[in-house]
Amino acid sequence: MSSLNSFRDHLRERRLFIGRLWQAVLLILLLLTGLVARMAYLQIEQHPYFAQMSTENRVRVQPLPPTRGLIYDRNGELLAQNIPVHSLVIIPERVKDMAWTLEQLAQLVTISEEDLTRFERLRQQRRRFENVLLRSALSESEVAIIAVNRHRFPGVDIEAKLLRSYPHGVETAHVVGYVGRISEQDLAEIDGSAYSGTSYIGKTGVERFYERELHGAVGLQRVEVNAFGRVVRVLEEQPSIPGRDLHLSLDLRLQREAMAAFGEENGALVAIDPRDGSILAMVSKPGFDPNPFVEGISRAAFHALQQSPYNPLFNRALRGRYPPGSTTKPFVGLLGLESETITPRQRIFCPGFYRLPNHQHRYRDWKRSGHGWMDLLDAVAQSCDVYFYALAHELGVERMHDYLSKFGFGSPLGVDISGELSGLLPSPQWKRANRNAPWYPGETLIMGIGQGYFLTTPLELASATAALVQDGTHYRPHVVAAIGDHLTGEVTALEPVLLSQVPIGNRLHWQHTIDTMIEVVEGQRGTARRIRNPHYRIGGKTGTSQVFTVGQDEEYDAESIPKRLRDHALFIAFAPAEEPTIALAVIVENGGHGGAVAAPIARQVLDRYLLEE
Amino acid sequence: MLYEREISSFRESNPTRRQGVLANLHLDLPLLTGLLLLCLVGLIVLYSAGGEEIELVKRQLLRILLGFILLVAVAQLTPDLLRRWSPWLYLTALGLLIAVLLFGESGKGAQRWLAVAGIRFQPSELAKLAVPMMIAWFLASSRLPPRWDRLLIASILVIIPALLIARQPDLGTALLVISAGIFVLFLAGLSWRFLLALVVAAIPLGWALWEWGMREYQRNRVLTFLNPERDPLGSGYHIIQSKIAIGSGGLYGKGWLNGTQSQLEFLPERTTDFIFAVIAEEFGLNGILLLLALYLFVIFRGLYIAAHAQHLYGRLLAGSLTLVFFVYLFVNTGMVSGILPVVGVPLPLISYGGTSMVTIMIGFGILMSIHTHRKLLPT
Repeated sequence: MSSLNSFRDHLRERRLFIGRLWQAVLLILLLLTGLVARMAYLQIEQHPYFAQMSTENRVRVQPLPPTRGLIYDRNGELLAQNIPVHSLVIIPERVKDMAWTLEQLAQLVTISEEDLTRFERLRQQRRRFENVLLRSALSESEVAIIAVNRHRFPGVDIEAKLLRSYPHGVETAHVVGYVGRISEQDLAEIDGSAYSGTSYIGKTGVERFYERELHGAVGLQRVEVNAFGRVVRVLEEQPSIPGRDLHLSLDLRLQREAMAAFGEENGALVAIDPRDGSILAMVSKPGFDPNPFVEGISRAAFHALQQSPYNPLFNRALRGRYPPGSTTKPFVGLLGLESETITPRQRIFCPGFYRLPNHQHRYRDWKRSGHGWMDLLDAVAQSCDVYFYALAHELGVERMHDYLSKFGFGSPLGVDISGELSGLLPSPQWKRANRNAPWYPGETLIMGIGQGYFLTTPLELASATAALVQDGTHYRPHVVAAIGDHLTGEVTALEPVLLSQVPIGNRLHWQHTIDTMIEVVEGQRGTARRIRNPHYRIGGKTGTSQVFTVGQDEEYDAESIPKRLRDHALFIAFAPAEEPTIALAVIVENGGHGGAVAAPIARQVLDRYLLEE
Repeated sequence: MLYEREISSFRESNPTRRQGVLANLHLDLPLLTGLLLLCLVGLIVLYSAGGEEIELVKRQLLRILLGFILLVAVAQLTPDLLRRWSPWLYLTALGLLIAVLLFGESGKGAQRWLAVAGIRFQPSELAKLAVPMMIAWFLASSRLPPRWDRLLIASILVIIPALLIARQPDLGTALLVISAGIFVLFLAGLSWRFLLALVVAAIPLGWALWEWGMREYQRNRVLTFLNPERDPLGSGYHIIQSKIAIGSGGLYGKGWLNGTQSQLEFLPERTTDFIFAVIAEEFGLNGILLLLALYLFVIFRGLYIAAHAQHLYGRLLAGSLTLVFFVYLFVNTGMVSGILPVVGVPLPLISYGGTSMVTIMIGFGILMSIHTHRKLLPT
């Protein structure tokens, strides 16, 4: 019985167990069905969504910034180039502990306070997955140190890029200009997508004017990245198109010579080939080094440049407005001839002053004792003011204004360097509108000798001189002679642009005007006779423009007044006199007399250009 | 009649009828085939998940070999011997767990390892086997279904090692040990009312566990499970990337070695706990269904062995070990697919890593021992 019982118990136990097993099987099937349903939901229902997420995870589109075009001088000397540099960047998203990372990195390479400040600022501006500059211009050994330790710092990377560099910085800064970081203001003017991946844009000079040509076109790259942001492979690539190279008409040797010729003096020089308007040299002194601007100049350095009393950042050649002084005289003389107000033979007596009919005021000549009897040749050569007071009075302000404007005075020339300002060519209308005052007859007189409201820039003076020696054919001044294609090597020369043709009444009048200017240098009593030389003949005109007004009966004494109030010395010139290939304008700020200070600078540049080919 | 059926069923599966080496080695061919296939799948997936590093595969292969050697060795022991060893094994496990808490080696913020004579091992792995053996031994010694007092004692026998493991802390293993114990109770005919009572009791217990028993990272895991987007770069990152891997695999998968989530290292723990997502990404839903079918085959074979075990101890133990194997599978796949919280449970036989692999193999060795040491007639 008991054994039967126990046997039955075994059966019962086994039945119970089998029942429990079936329940377990049911549970297993139920749970697995749930799991399969979940997997089907993720892999079928949600598949498009997750497929998209997976692609977003691994595929990144990155811009391929174009290489900026190079800038050469007329002899193929590089003026602006791209040099490879390495910088330390951080992708904030990938950094777990930023403070720790920065601290550790600072032990490997030097990181200044300024670097950290900039890093924090840039970090605010950029999105978390974009890289942020921490240190630029790493040395080769620093690159090696970071590379060895990089595995310790996820999100830290070395970025190789091309940095704009100006090998002849100070000498060419005012012509070539510089690039700098793209500002909010720049962004408003450009198509932002064309600049993705590019951090620079032309800020001044040729770099800015030819931004479109120099920049090129951005390319795109679709890349596969791994979880740490490292590029695994390139999926698709649309290459960038490098920017175009610029070949300038500027001659670096001439530019250097001009710079050196100024010595300690400040001022500007513009030299133009009158035959096509191409700029051979353009100097504004003092210069400055544009290289620090590329990566963002430090506040202190920028402040120092801005506060300097000599204002090195100011482009005098392009934006400096100076009274042209006596350099106006050849133009006014030509007008006198062309308008038949005077003849070449006609003479005027210079007693050392001029008095308007019915006026007491004496308009003084620079030579108190007077020049005596003067014809046009003598008046230009010796720079007689009285002759031109009289001529200006005869001509009147309107005719002078109209004729001088034909030479490009008073309105922008459209030079291909960013930042040009025009001079000021006054007229009664201008005075009424801007000064709310009538035009006085005396103002006509002093305009005849290039004083008063009349202001010109060195570029205007040089360009007008070029037009004068080219029989009135005025080419637009320009510094870029040709544009080169980096890929094909093809170089396309730019055609000179005819700005205007000054009407010619009688060609002999023009020739005579040229002769008066040759007399300035070659004549026995010419004001610039000291630069006469046996190798070639020069035509020119000296000028002295007042910064400081001397009272009616006072004596101008250069020694007694401070340097910054002394007269500006001017000189316009062309050479060789018979068939000019160069025309130039020099201004030496507070230099004193044009013949003594400005003319020798011109001579040095002309020598370099004409004698050392 | 019942007797007749039993006899015939015994005859059908009479091991002496099977000829050859396997029978002599006390191995079960279907179960062995299933296990070998799973290990093979594991090696193939591991090669892809580990970035095509053959060294990784070699090391895993070595573990599998070690596992099989132990499996074969354990299969030679008779179930009776295992039964008699059970209490001693249990006590040894308990002693080692205490030793771990006292002198254990730390790693990843938990004390799980014990080094004896230069060999490092986790006593909690031993507990995974010792606990169900102990409970099976305890319950098999009297009639079924067990009475209340015996149930209480059995529960305590489960809870003590579970608490010791939870203290390490190793929540995943503690849960596996508890479930192993509960499965024995369940198979022994534990009434549903008692199970229900356990669930009801678990609620305040769970709260207490949350308040005092959990470390910060464990709480975070639960919170992140409830809302993975809570911390997309921290602990939620695992789940999000895992779901992306699974979902982007689609029906057919991206192909072996072509899973971008795994190859490009977006998926964390891709060779270990999250290897299931790699399979889903590279082989799609089709591959997952095949894999689950293979697992189901192994599980059903295990339950079949349990059903045909001659002694109560063998039945309970075989059933419990098989169900624990299923728990491994379900907890891992559920966590990887985002329906369960992230508790560190590997995908059995496939995840890279040694300790659980060896334990599981020994478990299956026990199953084979139970199945191949039957006598023709019950005594």
